[in-house]
Amino acid sequence: MKILVCISNVPDTTTKIAFTSDNKALNTAGVQFVINPYDEYALTRALELKEANAGTLTVLHVGEADAEPTIRKALAIGADDAIRINAKPTDGFFVAQQIAHHAKSADYDLILMGKESVDYNGFQVHGMVAELLGITAITPAIKLEVTGHAANLEREIEGGKEVITAELPLIVSCQQPMCEPRIPNMRGIMTARTKPLQILEPVSADVKTQYESFSLPEKKVGVKMIDAANAEELIRLLRNEAKVI
Amino acid sequence: MSVLVLLEGADGHVKKSSFETAYYGSQVAAQLGTTAIGLVIGEINPADLPVMGRYGLKKVFYNNDSQLKDFVPGAYVSVTAKAAELTGATVIILPNSNTAAAIGSRLAVRLNASLASNVIALPEVTDTTFKVKQTVFSGKAFADVLLTNDRKIIAVKKNAVEVVEQEGAAEVEALMVDLENTDLIGKPKETIKATGKLPVAEADIVVSGGRGLRGPENWHLLENLADALGAATACSKPVADAGWRPHHEHVGQTGITISPNLYIAAGISGAIQHLAGVNSSKVIVVINKDPEAPFFKAADYGIVGDLFDVLPKLTEAAKALSQ
Ligand SMILES: Cc1cc2nc3c(=O)[nH]c(=O)nc-3n(C[C@H](O)[C@H](O)[C@H](O)COP(=O)(O)OP(=O)(O)OC[C@H]3O[C@@H](n4cnc5c(N)ncnc54)[C@H](O)[C@@H]3O)c2cc1C
Ligand SMILES: Nc1ncnc2c1ncn2[C@@H]1O[C@H](COP(=O)(O)O)[C@@H](O)[C@H]1O
Repeated sequence: MKILVCISNVPDTTTKIAFTSDNKALNTAGVQFVINPYDEYALTRALELKEANAGTLTVLHVGEADAEPTIRKALAIGADDAIRINAKPTDGFFVAQQIAHHAKSADYDLILMGKESVDYNGFQVHGMVAELLGITAITPAIKLEVTGHAANLEREIEGGKEVITAELPLIVSCQQPMCEPRIPNMRGIMTARTKPLQILEPVSADVKTQYESFSLPEKKVGVKMIDAANAEELIRLLRNEAKVI
Repeated sequence: MSVLVLLEGADGHVKKSSFETAYYGSQVAAQLGTTAIGLVIGEINPADLPVMGRYGLKKVFYNNDSQLKDFVPGAYVSVTAKAAELTGATVIILPNSNTAAAIGSRLAVRLNASLASNVIALPEVTDTTFKVKQTVFSGKAFADVLLTNDRKIIAVKKNAVEVVEQEGAAEVEALMVDLENTDLIGKPKETIKATGKLPVAEADIVVSGGRGLRGPENWHLLENLADALGAATACSKPVADAGWRPHHEHVGQTGITISPNLYIAAGISGAIQHLAGVNSSKVIVVINKDPEAPFFKAADYGIVGDLFDVLPKLTEAAKALSQ
């Protein structure tokens, strides 16, 4: 089985988001970048499937050289090799075109991604790649089993799930509780340094969205405290003051 | 030219959340000087459809192909693309759900459209620009984004507009589409839903619990309050990870992000990843025994106290209110 896992490189989830003084970009000073948390589910599930069925596992990132520590981490967790498409990921469609262009000639049985990238939260790239390649995307999946050429999946919907069977090739976007994400061990970290990392140039692609500026939510003005002995008062305030019940 | 609105159904009815999507679409149509037209796929009670006129739709296309009772990714994209073609839609509005998002991304490629997710307000439209505001970094920030293609697809979050109902009935027209076999790949064998429960993402009021509840056996404390308020229940990540609650109730940066009118958090510390998913709620109430819990900084109302005492009191007070 030939598997591709697409990873994005995002601010660690504990990051306090701030922007440059012109509000045109993320202020990356002091920000630690990590593998997108959802992509860790994709990567770990891909490893489990590879171990069970034999095959190869390639990770792909569309981004600039500063993302290499994140790519090496994916190799340390267990991917066989990596590809970086050397371009600034400007929007979901741009990224999707790069991934699709590579995948077109590579015959993957499975392309796994995360449900969404926790930076710009598109929840877009998997569906776009599916359309560009003319194959099906099941998104977001919470379960993925593969036997031969058939996949059994569960897809999360609001308040429940769907049970799906489909033939490979497939694109699947992953989220918890699909598997327990792995962390790299010492041996993994050592071997990651020598695993192949191929750098490809991007294909030209049209950009359809432009981030004009960013802003932060307004701070809450201050919390109104209610004495626990008098908790009923809260319900009255929610009705008469906040008018939300 | 027109604005096309994809309406979602559940249990044979148009979802309440789709009323808001419809109204949003009608407001965009007004901005552009055109009309808003709805599309419903699946088995929906026909009596629901003219009612969409109240939310500003002039017409509703209805596809009740028996193969499309459940969501089938390729087929839903094909039907929506067909409706877009028939109506000459330049803007397509979707709800921000897992299902609609899966349609939107494929549709954007098929129709060569700009796509924006997590949109929280009406667009700013001029003769030459079309700009939307969306949440980014899982609700920690906002972005103003220009959609530069002639065609635009917008996935709208809950509470993006305040709905004002109006008079009028929508015209209803059947729209059947010949599907390719490939359109039917990925059709669910079965759909399993927590029956009679309001999904967290759609609820106006959400009552949520964290590790402070100590175990699933105490969840009735939250559920009783939720019942008294007509609310949905949610939880923090460790609660879902431990299997105390189903995963689809987990809110936060790596769970669902929600924007209800009221979010009540009991026994949740307020970690940055949790806040990211809930901080666009209109009003936040925090109940925690630790006065230093970080969540109080993001709250509108707070109670320092033991949730095992406080929740039953609130439930009684809420019940008294509705009597
Ligand atoms: C990559 C990553 C992603 C994450 N994503 C998410 C996410 O999406 N959503 C999320 O929720 N978390 C997420 N987390 C976890 C997050 O960092 C916190 O660990 C988590 O939110 C804490 O959950 P909690 O508040 O229920 O538990 P705790 O932090 O243990 O807090 C329990 C609270 O209950 C209070 N309490 C205890 N007993 C009582 C009582 N009797 N009465 C009143 N109060 C009481 C305590 O004072 C405490 O404040 C993520 C973490 C990582 C690393
Ligand atoms: N720059 C990127 N390089 C590789 N894969 C990406 C990139 N951005 C997003 N993806 C993949 O697409 C998924 C969905 O991302 P998004 O549509 O941006 O929310 C992510 O979880 C990744 O698997």
